[in-house]
Amino acid sequence: MVDKIKKWLELFAAQLHEQKTYLSELDSAIGDGDHGNNMARGADFLLKSLDQSGDTSAVFKNAAMALLSKVGGASGPLYGSALLALSKKAGETDDRSEWIAAGAEAIAHRGKSEAGDKTMLDVWLPVQKALADGSLTHEKIDAFVAETKSLKAKKGRASYLGDRSVGHIDPGAQSSGYLFHAFLEAGADHA
Amino acid sequence: MLIMPEIGILLVSHVREIGDGVLRLLKEVAGDVTIKAAAGTEDNGVGTSFDRINEAVTSFEEPRIWAFYDLGSAKMNLDLVSETTDKNLEIQNVSFVEGAYVAAAMLQANASEDSIHSELKPLKIK
Repeated sequence: MVDKIKKWLELFAAQLHEQKTYLSELDSAIGDGDHGNNMARGADFLLKSLDQSGDTSAVFKNAAMALLSKVGGASGPLYGSALLALSKKAGETDDRSEWIAAGAEAIAHRGKSEAGDKTMLDVWLPVQKALADGSLTHEKIDAFVAETKSLKAKKGRASYLGDRSVGHIDPGAQSSGYLFHAFLEAGADHA
Repeated sequence: MLIMPEIGILLVSHVREIGDGVLRLLKEVAGDVTIKAAAGTEDNGVGTSFDRINEAVTSFEEPRIWAFYDLGSAKMNLDLVSETTDKNLEIQNVSFVEGAYVAAAMLQANASEDSIHSELKPLKIK
């Protein structure tokens, strides 16, 4: 199982690199423009963290610490908290929808955010639901990301823009989309 | 003789120079208070670092630490550190510069904790 999890995080890191410019473009529209660079830097350390041996819980924990230390913006503590929650949950169950639920809960707690605030949570929550009823597909992930476009930002720098945040994809939702594409691609969505 | 305050001050900012600058300002009025800054990322970019904050927190000799921060994502990292550290870390949700300045000056003057909190109250940001 741990191989699939490593593959998942490897593919995620590769996507973050490939989409670095696009993520920063999204963030320039409604944030401070650093999401692509921040996540790409985090991706380098995420990859390095995978060299350490350990079970699934350890892999998630090492990845969390890498992102926490190296991603300077809000996405560091948010992704870090989510991965720490996954690490804990993976020690209790193999049920992937429970893992993602724990991750989403950690993000909500850390960011004091809820559904509809135009954050990464607006991808994590519907992904969790689809996963629970066995209907998660790549197309759905793209749709969840795209749906953040119509939302008005209530958290972070984007919230200062008010109505002007409408019409833009949330960068954290987009990078979370990459996370879940990688999840399916690696076959990490089942034990 | 002055009694060393049992509370230290931690300044968390997105920019190294802001952390250093506020520290310098506070030292003007609080020479005997332990004040440390954890500002910027590890490569001195803009942002905050869990590791850097955690190291600073661990390095305090004081049993209690009051933390002041500049922006929301600094608070997220502080929250994470406070959930994982053994230290008594108290995050102050007040204006960064003025709040830290008031606290430092009053700690230096051995003011009671109640009186410091009542001075900080109007500076609350959330």
